[in-house]
Amino acid sequence: MSDTHAQTVPFVRDTMLPQANPPTTEAGAVRWMRENLLSGPLNVILTLLAIAAIYWVVQGMLPWLLASVWNAGSIAECRQIIADAGRESGACWAVIRERWPQFLFGFYPNHLYWRPVTALLLLFVALAPVLFSKAPRQLLWFSAIYPGLAFWLLWGGSVFVPVVALLGLALGWAAFHFGQRISPLAGVVAAILLPVLWWLFLAGPVAEDLGNLLPRSMPWWMEEVRSDKFGGFVLALTIGVSGIALSLPLGIVLALGRQSDMFLIKSLSVCFIEFIRGVPLITLLFTASLLLNYFLPPGTTFDIILRVIIMVTLFAAAYIAEVIRGGLAALPRGQYEAADALGLDYFRAQRLIILPQALKISIPGIVSTFIGMFKDTTLVVFVGLLDPLKGITDAVRASPDWKGIYWEPYIFVGAIFFIFNFSMSRYSMYLERKLKTDHR
Amino acid sequence: MKKSAFLGTLTVAGLAAGMVSAATLDDVKARGELNCGVSTGLTGFSLPDANGVWSGFDVAICRAVAAAVLGDATKVKFVPTTGQTRFTALASGEVDMLARNSTWTFSRDTDLKLDFVGVNYYDGQGFMVRKDLGVTSAKELEGATICIQTGTTTELNLADWFKTNNLNYTPVAIETNAEGEQQYAAGACDAYTTDASGLASTRASFADPENHIILPEIISKEPLGPAVRHGDNQWADIVRWTLNALIAAEEYGVTSANMEELAANSPNPEVKRLLGAEGDLGVMTGLDKDWAKRAIGVAGNYGEIFAATIGEATPIGLARGLNAQWTQGGLLYAPPFR
Repeated sequence: MSDTHAQTVPFVRDTMLPQANPPTTEAGAVRWMRENLLSGPLNVILTLLAIAAIYWVVQGMLPWLLASVWNAGSIAECRQIIADAGRESGACWAVIRERWPQFLFGFYPNHLYWRPVTALLLLFVALAPVLFSKAPRQLLWFSAIYPGLAFWLLWGGSVFVPVVALLGLALGWAAFHFGQRISPLAGVVAAILLPVLWWLFLAGPVAEDLGNLLPRSMPWWMEEVRSDKFGGFVLALTIGVSGIALSLPLGIVLALGRQSDMFLIKSLSVCFIEFIRGVPLITLLFTASLLLNYFLPPGTTFDIILRVIIMVTLFAAAYIAEVIRGGLAALPRGQYEAADALGLDYFRAQRLIILPQALKISIPGIVSTFIGMFKDTTLVVFVGLLDPLKGITDAVRASPDWKGIYWEPYIFVGAIFFIFNFSMSRYSMYLERKLKTDHR
Repeated sequence: MKKSAFLGTLTVAGLAAGMVSAATLDDVKARGELNCGVSTGLTGFSLPDANGVWSGFDVAICRAVAAAVLGDATKVKFVPTTGQTRFTALASGEVDMLARNSTWTFSRDTDLKLDFVGVNYYDGQGFMVRKDLGVTSAKELEGATICIQTGTTTELNLADWFKTNNLNYTPVAIETNAEGEQQYAAGACDAYTTDASGLASTRASFADPENHIILPEIISKEPLGPAVRHGDNQWADIVRWTLNALIAAEEYGVTSANMEELAANSPNPEVKRLLGAEGDLGVMTGLDKDWAKRAIGVAGNYGEIFAATIGEATPIGLARGLNAQWTQGGLLYAPPFR
């Protein structure tokens, strides 16, 4: 048409320039380091200090780890191998290689290792419907019978002991169900009273009679394993998992009790929580292991692990109660009023409106308490149970072959504890994300 | 009415239970198992192996008592006890006897209501130093840093001894034996002090035992022995004389190997009485004639047990020293079996 345009504008780009890379100082590792590590004089100093610290740790640990010995019969052999390799010091993992069953199972009989392992695997099956909403709901029935199953797998003996104990719970549920028709109060009272009466007076003889009726073989009977054979992570997990499972409901009840308008319930809850929180766990463990024996008639065998589980549960429940009370207090007053306005009674209001929100807020605190409790199970060493960290380690170290070993067992046990606790922590974060309904 | 009857039954049951508990022997027989309190793990004295089978010098006493009372050395439930729980475990009835290298002291015997039935190992507190420190006597430890377990009698002994000898020292507090070894080996302290038997096994566990010496001074008396509860003399007698039987057996040359033969044709009437071939000493304690034979049959006499668990042929390598028979210049002296 005309070339005016061409004359007024000497050059017009008619294609896009290809995208250029950002300047090197603004991209990739360089940018990340500039922004995160070297963004100011203070950060430069901190970065240098951190690098120095990491270097110091690594140069101390690395040669020791690199000179690891896996095959040896004693610490002397380990030292010989390390010296032959021309190294000054090295890790002697041979002790773990030789004694790992003891760290995991304590003195649980070798040929029965499959039982705690099965119990642990089934634990995950039982937990699935509780922890993940995608798991099939029917599995909840399995979760309900799991405690009895785990007890039977771990301790063995007659299958009727856990069955009869679980029957007590079923009885309580049925009593609650039918009692409700008469009056809500009657339901609650019957639900508590009947199982207790059942366990106190009938459960023992019934289990014994049923046990005598049937042959002492599978599926009615399994080889008994006594509590003094428990040790290592079997012990830690038994105490930890039962403590966690029992302390959460108890903690919720206590938290609600503390918020209650009824004077007696409120003061009992407050007394219990404050007493337990005011006393160190070790005191409770000593009470369980030593003081109780003075009160019980001599000859009563009240299993030491059971005693410890009860004490640990009570201890954790008091803390859980306070964590949940924090969650309850954080709920706006309007939520309570909304529940009232809908005409819900107390239990429905708590179940449908208050607790789901309060528990969601409390998740990090609850999981922290659980993690703390699981680590606290190592304190049972003070009442003579063989916990993995010190009990088993001391026992292993007392053998002339391994006397003088120090870091390796601690690192091994620490690593296993880390796996469990880190998983719990990651799960709680997943749960928080899943339950997040606000738009922050 | 019903309630009071129930409470009354409870009281009677409680009383009966209380009376039963006075006779530990009957309890043990009824249970078919001896509950023996031991240390949670002490090289040479009590330790579980990879299969959870306990062995050691203290454990051997438990097994001997079990054999004497129940006729089976394996019928023992070993209850690991810590320094804090050991005496309460005994007093509360959780264990029938304690064989947990515990020092026999006045207040433990009286105030804590224990009965130490004898001494199975005469120990004493010693010092270990590195050879290149150039020290040959504990009196040269002026100004030294010393690793010491807190909350033990050894800590008090150390303070007493240094005060008596007008020396200064810097204590490095440690919690357990293992930690002490680690600290000492890492050079955190010049000297490590604990019972001499512990020092010997610690030294043996080092990579370079030849570079460490145990100083000759023993600064305290630590008679270690089995203990039972106050108030059940029959049971105390049984444990005491089982220990004495092991000691006497060594004195008279009775071993697990020649026991049967000596019982049949030993010229020494005391040996025959000990082994139940003459008289009925065992019956006087509420056991039978062969009790001592069974006890000795488990792992031999005192000398055999010593040699197998902590003696010079073992990695711990303890010499008999004070723990030799009185005829050999030691302190072991079993009263006559008559």
